[in-house]
Amino acid sequence: MDELFQGYKGESLELLKKYNVRVWGTAQVETTRGPFEGTILPRSENDDDQHIVMKIITGYNVGIDIKTVTKMVETGYKKANYAIPQKEFPFTDGLPSVKLFGTGGTIASRLDYRTGAVIPAFSPGELYGAVPELADICNLDTEKVFAVFSENMGPDQYISLAKAIGKEIEKGIDGIVIGHGTDTLHHTAAALTFMVQNSPIPIVLVGSQRSSDRPSSDAALNLMHAMKAAGHSDIAEVMVCMFGPTSDEYGLLHKGTRVRKMHSSYRSTFRTIGDVPLARINRDEIMPIKETYNRRRQDKDVKILPFFEKKVGMLYYWPGMQADALDSLIENGYKGIIIVGTGLGHVNKDLYPAIERAQEKGIPIFMTLQTIWGYVHMFVYDTGRDLMAKGIIPLGNMLPEVAWVKLGWVLGQTQDYDKVKEMMLDPINDEITEREPYNGYLVYQGGIPEVEDFVKNVHK
Amino acid sequence: MKRVFNPKENYQSSKQDIGYVNRKDATQADYDRIGFMSGLEVHQQLLTKRKLFCNCPAGLFHEHNDYDAEVIRHMRPTLSELGEYDGTALMEFRTRKEIVYRLKHATTCTYEVDDTPPFPIDRLALEEAIEISLLSKLNIVGEVHITRKQYLDGSIPTGFQRTAIIGVEGKIELKNKTVRLIQLSIEEDSCREISDIGHIRTYKTDRLGMPLIETVTYPDFVNPDEVKEGCDYIRFLNRSTGKVRTGMGAGRQDVNVSCKGGSRVEIKGVAHTKWIPELSHNEAFRQWALLRVRELLKENVKDQENWKIEHLRMSASDFKGNPNFDGIFEDNHQVIAVRLPHFYKILSHFVQPGKVFANELSERLKVIACLDQPNMTHSEDLNPILSEEEIQGIFTKLKANKDDAFVIFDAPEDDIKTALETIEERCKMAFEGIPEETRKSFEDGSTIFERVLPGADRMYPDTDSAPIPLSADYIEGLRDQMPNDIIDRYNQMQEWGIAKDTYTYIFSKNLYPVLTKIVEDLKFSPKEIGNFLGHKLKFIEGHYTSADEFDYNNIFDLFDFIKTKGLDIEIAQSILIEFYQHPKMDFESILESINFKELEHDNIISQISFLKEKYKEVGRKQGAEFEHNWIMGQLHKTSVGNINLSELSNIVKKQN
Repeated sequence: MDELFQGYKGESLELLKKYNVRVWGTAQVETTRGPFEGTILPRSENDDDQHIVMKIITGYNVGIDIKTVTKMVETGYKKANYAIPQKEFPFTDGLPSVKLFGTGGTIASRLDYRTGAVIPAFSPGELYGAVPELADICNLDTEKVFAVFSENMGPDQYISLAKAIGKEIEKGIDGIVIGHGTDTLHHTAAALTFMVQNSPIPIVLVGSQRSSDRPSSDAALNLMHAMKAAGHSDIAEVMVCMFGPTSDEYGLLHKGTRVRKMHSSYRSTFRTIGDVPLARINRDEIMPIKETYNRRRQDKDVKILPFFEKKVGMLYYWPGMQADALDSLIENGYKGIIIVGTGLGHVNKDLYPAIERAQEKGIPIFMTLQTIWGYVHMFVYDTGRDLMAKGIIPLGNMLPEVAWVKLGWVLGQTQDYDKVKEMMLDPINDEITEREPYNGYLVYQGGIPEVEDFVKNVHK
Repeated sequence: MKRVFNPKENYQSSKQDIGYVNRKDATQADYDRIGFMSGLEVHQQLLTKRKLFCNCPAGLFHEHNDYDAEVIRHMRPTLSELGEYDGTALMEFRTRKEIVYRLKHATTCTYEVDDTPPFPIDRLALEEAIEISLLSKLNIVGEVHITRKQYLDGSIPTGFQRTAIIGVEGKIELKNKTVRLIQLSIEEDSCREISDIGHIRTYKTDRLGMPLIETVTYPDFVNPDEVKEGCDYIRFLNRSTGKVRTGMGAGRQDVNVSCKGGSRVEIKGVAHTKWIPELSHNEAFRQWALLRVRELLKENVKDQENWKIEHLRMSASDFKGNPNFDGIFEDNHQVIAVRLPHFYKILSHFVQPGKVFANELSERLKVIACLDQPNMTHSEDLNPILSEEEIQGIFTKLKANKDDAFVIFDAPEDDIKTALETIEERCKMAFEGIPEETRKSFEDGSTIFERVLPGADRMYPDTDSAPIPLSADYIEGLRDQMPNDIIDRYNQMQEWGIAKDTYTYIFSKNLYPVLTKIVEDLKFSPKEIGNFLGHKLKFIEGHYTSADEFDYNNIFDLFDFIKTKGLDIEIAQSILIEFYQHPKMDFESILESINFKELEHDNIISQISFLKEKYKEVGRKQGAEFEHNWIMGQLHKTSVGNINLSELSNIVKKQN
């Protein structure tokens, strides 16, 4: 029954039933505003029950107010078959083998009438149908690990992904690509950096900012770049591969622990923070930017460390924050807390009692920065010194999201305060760096004529 | 074998053969003979401050080379909502174009470059679109659904246009017939193209996103003049609301044309309605000619199913001494000879005035294979660049028969495959009839291939926007502010006796509201005011320049001043000439600047007897008529505005 009247509810559902008109049925509708003719379409669940959606002969969709309907007749029925044409992904001798893990997200997607938004569609055949160029880059195999939106990715998914990666490396794959929604792509990238250590092959996370159901999508090019990086690069790191500029020109490879989504909708939303990206990539070549990175190896000596403690909290400081904000985390049994503090790493005095209570309970608290860029420097002002005296541990230039991921991963292995502190401060893969290159902070402001000149002539 | 063939003769005889007539000689019988059929898609920009889906200003334009940044995109075809690929989309993908957008800070934000989802639709634009839909007697939808219409040519950086239907199934009343409307949609305007050379197409984004409406008619027009009349009507109707943009590019139309047995061909972006008749006439006859080509090919090509082209690579030595081929090989271009079996007399067959079937190939090579013109020659070129010996040589080399034809084109290596496919594809289409396509128009009435005609398969719901309900109250509220119908206005003006040659001007400038206001509020004669606007204002506008934007509504103030001041209406023209040039000047100052002096009637009349005496001294020609004219001439300057001239004339006559 639901299938017949997909998405309709309440009064609009009653009306369709009354006149015996189904979704995907062609219908003639008489209304007080005149006649309408076309195919009845499913309705998005969140939309009201006062309208019926119809595709008219010219291909446009219109809504009909049910209050105006005086008569409806179904004259035919034709259900749309929405499928990306599948073609078997060809095998080419001499090309590297790449495994693509699907997790959901907009990298390949189709329309979902339930929400009116797009949902993922994914198989080598579909991908080949949509982006045939991939066959020139690698031999592809895919596996749908799970299908969730980026915001629903979390610790459980990190663990199953890490295990799946371990198995593929064991089997001798040349590179791994993970299709992922972009919202929490950098969280997953950090988690995989900690859980999959000493990888002999590239592990590339990729997404798209414009869904693949639009002609100008960045999905196809991102996929090509990611496959290229996974199959052909000698960078055996966990990295994010997304657009460098907004133009369809080249992608950037960002290290999983230093990357962050910096714009809600821009194509080139991912930026390496506090460092330079690993490399620039296009369909033909990979051009390293960073000189030091782990090289591809022939062995299979990967370490899979699939641990995570979910009771880790993150507190974004606001001026005038009261102790109860921190207390609620402590009282609710959180085992570790990341504070995102102001300036060089500060919070106000009102929090001190709560910090002391956490200390008594042996809950480690770490300091990261709202400025995103730069290092925590808690020796500069008294407040910082007070906070350190009370046991708050500065995390250098570790990004807040990375700190949260790492703390969960560390607490998943040990709850010993000193051990936790030691592990947090011992960088695994540049989550804390000793030096920040002076050209790492390439932000728009602070060289306006030069930067304007640059965007004008360099297609950014 | 010596070829005896004159392409020009073939062109002429094939033109005659299909019964081509010039437009000015064509009658309805000619159009009935070929089954002329046409419909319109009339685009009109709406007058709003901002763009339709973002907060960038609308109506601000910049020069081609005035830009702050460039962005590059490539377009890929995607599936429609019904799971189909659109033909145009696939064609555009084959062209492998790199699209460059030139951006200007003042008119472009992240929305235009598709780096931000749409903001809510501009409500004012929506209201204007509904009002015009009501005027067009359309059935207004209950809920507006924003739809994505794919455009892979790059004219919109997203790869689709956001558009929505406001109403369906309406009609307009022309003088002698009713024309049915299919629909009216609101949409965002596209980019303006700067250039299209090889594989790089460049656009600018100033116009992109401006609100536009599109009125689509059924193919109810049966001759070219009727199409123009319908188009004018729709444009006048749009303007009658006073809420649309005017000026260059604010109104453009696509003209759909077919002939009996032909296909729907869309002539895109016709900027002036006066070009419509010639364009639609030629298109109908182009189709008629292509149907004749189909007949000829049916006779010549027995096995159409397995018909295919053959090709050879030529070398520089094949064209030794022919200056037309100088430099082509050094340019890394290859020259390819293509044999078209049984295409003798087809390449030089008439299709449009001055154009032959071979043009159809050349135009597609430009658009699909990105070969800039001139890109080819052939065995039947009207202006041959190959000598007769060279033609013979190529025939021999291709092992061609005497009923074959050939094409020679030059292309970079990478484009050869697409070029060959394009030639074969177009030739095979000739077996079927007329390909559905969009064509670009030229002022001389000719058209060239632009792209494959897109279908309903390029529509996709816009998942970034929610549907907008239109309640009955809201629509009725808008109905109250609607102007009356153009046809009613037309009839009213006719009844008032206003000269017919003024109507187009009055409608196109939307002067009807100010005309009726002057007539109703100030009680001037409608005939006099109508003729004044349609003749005098039009003349002044054509001969003088306004220092500021001249607002037609201020003409009411002019007549109000004349009435209050008790002046005669004859002075309106002199005032308007000044007023038009200096819209900020007050009327008293204008009177001064035209040296107007207020005089009583008696004061003027009293001069008559004196002038009569004077004429006796100076008058060269004797006779009452000459004397009368001379006196009127002497009095003209002081009288205008003070006394009605025909009244004065009568008085002069009576004093004899």
